[in-house]
Amino acid sequence: MKRFLPYLAVAFFASVPLWLQDQYFLHTLVVTGIFIIAAMSLNLLLGYTGQLSLGHVAFFGIGAYVSALTSLGFSLSIFGVQITHEPWPAVVGVILGTIIAGLCGYLIGKLAFRVRGAYFVIVTISFAEVVRLVSLNWVELTNGPLALPGIPPLTLGFEWTGFATLWGKGQNYYVVLATIVLAYVLIKRIVNSPYGRAMIALRENETLATSVGVSVTKYLVLAAVISGAMAGTAGGLYAHYIQIIDPMVFMFLNTVTMVIMVITGGKGTLAGPLVGGLIFGIAPVILRDYVGPEVQWILYGLLMILIVFVLPEGIVPAVERWFTRKTGNSAAKRSALVLESSKGARS
Amino acid sequence: MSSAAVAAKPILAVEHVAVHFGGLIAISDMNFDVREGELVSLIGPNGAGKTTAFNVITGFLKPTKGRVTFRGESLNGLKPHEVTSLGLVRTFQRTSVFEKISVFENVLIGLHRRTKASLLGTILALPSERRAEAALREEVWEILRLVGIDHQADEMGGSLPYGDQRLLGVALALAANPSALLLDEPVSGMNASETGRFIDLLNKLRANGKTILLVEHDMPMVMGISDRIVVLNYGRIIANGTPSQIQNDPDVIQAYLGQGVKHA
Amino acid sequence: MDQLSQHIVNALIMGGTYALLGIGLTLIFGIMRIVNFTHGELYALGAYMMYFFATILGLNFFVSIAFAIVAGMAVGSVIEFTLLRPKRGADIDTTMLLMIGAWIVLQNVEHLTWGGIAKSIPSPLPEQPLVIGPVSISWLRVMVLGVSLFLIAATYVLINRTKLGKAMRATFQDGGTAALMGVNVNAIYTTTFALGSGLGAAAGALLGPVFVVTPTMGDLASLKAFAIVILGGLGNITGAAIGGFMLAFAEEIGAGYISSGYRDAMGFLIIIVVLLFKPTGLFARSERIG
Repeated sequence: MKRFLPYLAVAFFASVPLWLQDQYFLHTLVVTGIFIIAAMSLNLLLGYTGQLSLGHVAFFGIGAYVSALTSLGFSLSIFGVQITHEPWPAVVGVILGTIIAGLCGYLIGKLAFRVRGAYFVIVTISFAEVVRLVSLNWVELTNGPLALPGIPPLTLGFEWTGFATLWGKGQNYYVVLATIVLAYVLIKRIVNSPYGRAMIALRENETLATSVGVSVTKYLVLAAVISGAMAGTAGGLYAHYIQIIDPMVFMFLNTVTMVIMVITGGKGTLAGPLVGGLIFGIAPVILRDYVGPEVQWILYGLLMILIVFVLPEGIVPAVERWFTRKTGNSAAKRSALVLESSKGARS
Repeated sequence: MSSAAVAAKPILAVEHVAVHFGGLIAISDMNFDVREGELVSLIGPNGAGKTTAFNVITGFLKPTKGRVTFRGESLNGLKPHEVTSLGLVRTFQRTSVFEKISVFENVLIGLHRRTKASLLGTILALPSERRAEAALREEVWEILRLVGIDHQADEMGGSLPYGDQRLLGVALALAANPSALLLDEPVSGMNASETGRFIDLLNKLRANGKTILLVEHDMPMVMGISDRIVVLNYGRIIANGTPSQIQNDPDVIQAYLGQGVKHA
Repeated sequence: MDQLSQHIVNALIMGGTYALLGIGLTLIFGIMRIVNFTHGELYALGAYMMYFFATILGLNFFVSIAFAIVAGMAVGSVIEFTLLRPKRGADIDTTMLLMIGAWIVLQNVEHLTWGGIAKSIPSPLPEQPLVIGPVSISWLRVMVLGVSLFLIAATYVLINRTKLGKAMRATFQDGGTAALMGVNVNAIYTTTFALGSGLGAAAGALLGPVFVVTPTMGDLASLKAFAIVILGGLGNITGAAIGGFMLAFAEEIGAGYISSGYRDAMGFLIIIVVLLFKPTGLFARSERIG
């Protein structure tokens, strides 16, 4: 049953645009999906290596700005040197945004993993704030608070297939869904491999992990690069879907949203960010008929506190445990590692 | 068994090592070596600097002076994981296992050094990676059987009885394929039958040609199993010899009586 | 040159409130090992309380400052009592998540209570600035500096010269041992959190009349407080005081000579540079290993 759950979920979500009439709700799902990708990337750092990155929105925003500027083109002068960039296709923008966000992940990883715990958290926040202030003040490049409007939508295809420009919500929905599936498979393969095991080992007991030969820097930086790049992809998709971005994308609240999604769903689980993301992506649509945005945020804050007190592991592990108890399969205990089954290789 | 070891070359050498913490001298001018295939015990009263010596040898602590060499290569400035990759692996007194991870997966993590997975291969789930993963799992079973905890493979590391946790700690270290193993008080807190099992394991490892450096308080065990014993007191070596030499050494007797320890 | 002396005086005045903000945060981190994300909200609370007491109720300016500090301490105690006390001994990530939750709640409660429109607090002090040579300062800012120096001194005396301070320092050294010696560690934690929150609120009460009061003013304050604390070394009170003045100078120089848009970026650049070269902060004593 559990094995088919991911396929059932994909099939269900693939069918949504076929029967959903409410276009606003479809739009919500697209944006939610984009945030889910970002939350999944955060989960790799927070859940699997145990490093709380509170500057994650920086990677998202960098992906968005790089992608937007690549496809819009820009012209600026640095120290008297005139640099002009002609517009490139949106897809190239998303790829470049992913790469540059990944490079930022590398830098932050290198810089921040000299320090851990509280220091790491503060370094990541600082990084995001510096990037936000640059986006606000480098008006020549980013248009500052006036935003970058008219970002072209994604165009997919090859010369021999013809091109399709994704103007509609439904088309973007499928692109986002496909990206989520890709990201899921990518993360699943990594965390179930020796790479993921090394990351989890560092999270569980760094001293012991190094004593069996795990390099702290290598694996934490690797996680930061993949995580940053994936958040960058999400940012790129966001820019081309919303078609306008301003420095508000770097808001600390966006990072907090991602953190809440991961914590609520269950950090360090594959399905956690998906479940948490869906809840916090859709909740505003349901709540907005009853309460204002401030009350919504108060509820989210309270929920976060409640989760820490009541379900510190998050929803997914709790449901899993309930399910095992229900089916009477008491032998199956949850290991911090997410390996399929250790019994397979028994000879 | 000791005659063969005496003939062999030293593979681990601690040369003029000193460690100071601010004004406090934890180790002053320590010199000793361990030869291929030998089992050497490092003993001494509490606070003599045994664990500090381990930390220096395995790269967790930088010596203030002196150097440690392993197979002729200086370990100074190497990070712990780099020391491990040379084949010198340690266990810990307290944090010896990953508590929230199953026994099987503990050892799988221990095999880290032996995995040659490529990131791209992993992401693409290439058949070669899957074969390598299956081979790794086979190796985990071998190590678990060697140590004798294969029937507990699905238990959480932290839920094992104390003695078995120490065995798992050794299994983790063995998984890193060491040629020399450093064991930090492996039988402390074990009951007699657990200690007996552990001694059997040590003998098996020696039969496999592992070199072992042991820090231990259990004197009957140390006296029974060691080729050579190095005695530390107040950060300096006061004796270095065979168990019978150590048992009759006046300085050693003085050091232990002075501390009021009755094991010796 | 004249411009430089004006910058220095401005920095000195901001530095006093920054130091208050930093000392409050570093006290809490040093003694309780908690990364307090609500700190900026206590700063905003201080400013709103100042608006409430001085502008709405029309109380005396200085009495209002005192009331704002008391309000900050009260809210701080409640946070400590309801959220942190039940989670005593939890790891730093857990308490950090709790504090983020509390921060979001506090900020939006403020937004709900006072609305999103900025409030200004009129100063009762003379409009005419104080002019010394090439430098001119408003009397309000002179008062801000005076009060913040007074509060820094009072905190210093409290920690170094009183019995309570002694118990706090003992807890700071080693909570377990302090408990064995008969210190009521729980009471010390609540007092520390209240005191730290009070100092944050004091900074807000002082700067509220200088700038304007908005619901989101706490965000930057929190982040700046982190920068100050990092500069001084986490848990180092003297370091935080010096760090406060250093950040103010860096901001003034950055705003004056680079671009005013990057005033707020200085703190974060400082954090990154400091952590790159001296991760334990500029004034940290080296810790013994093992």
